[in-house]
Amino acid sequence: MTNENKDQFRPADHDNDHFLLTTVVGSYPKPKWLNRAKDLYEDADSDFDEDNWQEAKDDAARLITDEHERAGLDVVVDGEMRRNEMVEFFAHRIEGYEFNGPVKVWGHNYFDKPSVVSEVEYDESWLVDEYEFTADASDRPVKVPITGPYTLANWSFNEAYEDDDELTLELADLVNEEIEKLVDAGARYIQIDEPALATTPDDHAIVGEALEHIVVDIPEEVRIGLHVCYGDYSRIYPEILEFPVDEFDLELANGDYDQLDVFKDPAFTKDLALGVCDAHVAEVESVEQIEANIKKGLEVVPPEQLVVSPDCGVKLLPREVAYGKMANMVEAARNVEADLDAGEIDVERGAPTPADD
Amino acid sequence: MTEYVSTTPGLYPLPDWAKDDLSDLKGHQKHDLISGDESDGITAAYEDARKDVIGVQQDAGLDRIVEGQLRWDDMLAHPLAVADAVETRGIVRYYDNNNFYREPVVTDDLEPTGDVASELEATVDRTGSDDLQAVLPGPYSLSDLATDEHYGDDGDFLAAIAAFLEGEVDAFPAHETLVLLEPSLVENPPADGEDARASEAIDRVASATDADVVVQPYWGALEEKVYAHLLDADIDAVGFDFVANQDDNLYNIQEYGTTDDVALGLADGQNTLVEDPEAIRDRTEWVEGQLGVTEFETVYLTTNTETFYLPYGKYVAKLEALAEAADLAEVTAA
Repeated sequence: MTNENKDQFRPADHDNDHFLLTTVVGSYPKPKWLNRAKDLYEDADSDFDEDNWQEAKDDAARLITDEHERAGLDVVVDGEMRRNEMVEFFAHRIEGYEFNGPVKVWGHNYFDKPSVVSEVEYDESWLVDEYEFTADASDRPVKVPITGPYTLANWSFNEAYEDDDELTLELADLVNEEIEKLVDAGARYIQIDEPALATTPDDHAIVGEALEHIVVDIPEEVRIGLHVCYGDYSRIYPEILEFPVDEFDLELANGDYDQLDVFKDPAFTKDLALGVCDAHVAEVESVEQIEANIKKGLEVVPPEQLVVSPDCGVKLLPREVAYGKMANMVEAARNVEADLDAGEIDVERGAPTPADD
Repeated sequence: MTEYVSTTPGLYPLPDWAKDDLSDLKGHQKHDLISGDESDGITAAYEDARKDVIGVQQDAGLDRIVEGQLRWDDMLAHPLAVADAVETRGIVRYYDNNNFYREPVVTDDLEPTGDVASELEATVDRTGSDDLQAVLPGPYSLSDLATDEHYGDDGDFLAAIAAFLEGEVDAFPAHETLVLLEPSLVENPPADGEDARASEAIDRVASATDADVVVQPYWGALEEKVYAHLLDADIDAVGFDFVANQDDNLYNIQEYGTTDDVALGLADGQNTLVEDPEAIRDRTEWVEGQLGVTEFETVYLTTNTETFYLPYGKYVAKLEALAEAADLAEVTAA
């Protein structure tokens, strides 16, 4: 069995017959000097100007892309070095948004929640520069994570639209426009991030409808993934199988795969990008542990449909821990591939057999 | 003749300077949140922030002044979070919002702390008691937000929470109004039997004060039976969230009647779009018109929810709109 869409990312020098694509969700710890550069840039008394700040972000993007290559990832990201927060970054680039100041999330953790005050419109490109820079900095395929329209709508104040669903679909059309531009620039792997769905799983229908808008006129070979963070997956499965995407990227290591069975029945018909490292625990999992986690994925899908990645963005981890997780993850994936080649892996796939009473 | 009173349910956003200063003083982690024994530096920062939000209310011309509940890191769960018999555990989701609080787990006999009373004392020092409005979670919502590992029975737990809140109210300085916030009555409505107990619990807390008591459910309308039971409690006003659900709230009032006073949640506490004072006044008249003969003694004009969801500038603008709307309503009625 082959999987053309996934196999387009198989490196030419890949040694094993099996190919478990390794990648990341997106965000990565920023080098400390980048945060210091940002402070300088924001300091009115400093002569650290726009050009300096641009150079610092370029350097950081190169550095982290290279770090992903060194870890051995098959598909790399720049670690989202140019992005501050996953809604703010896009809201700044979309006509119709304004910012009124920080709001509380919990304790003293705040977020510059923007307001949609008029019709949302596509203005300047959001990510084409970022993509082109990263693609130029690496020989490997580059994935582009984009915050999805449902999350962009739900994590904003809606002053302009009748309801959030209407806003979601309008934003989906803008995301579609951006993906068209990214595809023209050469991008072949797009990941839509919808963390808001984890907190409101009953809204999966509108997320599906938005995805239909997102993929209009996008060529078949472009790989579209959907990332949903930890939540009650039983409330969105199997409905999400109807979504027009190639891959679901799911957070399962954090819950110790307690929700794995949800995806076994009915059969998982898309590719599964399985979270095999916990993004919230600052301890590097051993290669053996990650191998065991990868085999959990084989209980759900055959190797052809399996992609290996961390649970979620790793930006809150210490950088050396993030790197350790990536490197061990790649080593584990290659080991499992070799074992699969050798026919040494025997995992039963599919619906769990009910225990005898 | 109806008196129109502009007010809010409290739980304000911190002024932006205080967000920064208190982040630095307290930190960003779970164990950094308010436990009731904060340092002098932190106390002083809150004191300054309280002064700011009292000033905002006075400048806007609100008819009731709240303390602001700026220390309530855990939102409505705060009174338990500072109690001795409670352990604060993991971060859990606050209703259907992208907000989180520490799960308060009751592990021993609950005793009132006087924490909220001391906040109110500090407010009285600045404003006097005349316009003071105290704010507490209603007993049903507070028990819904908490986990019981001590009392062992839902009914006993609710009664214990009611007694706890009653004890808190006993310690309050004189106040004009007490608002009990009861979003859980809508979000997680009590079942048969439990609805009567919820009403008794509210009655118990309400009876602890001589002030007017407003019970404000939000994020929708109450189920009919829950509403009917709530009217059995000895309270002065029920609050209605007309932002989230106009039709079912009107239906409840038309079908079951209501208290002599009402609170109308007409300004959206969770959206930055600031309502026109005229529009709030018009909707007030419209609601009154729908009810035919009924004339209320007092109509509280308020946001439907707490306002900590808003950026600070928008929160200020909402208060100004409410105060002006109440003034307009008085003029029209006269």
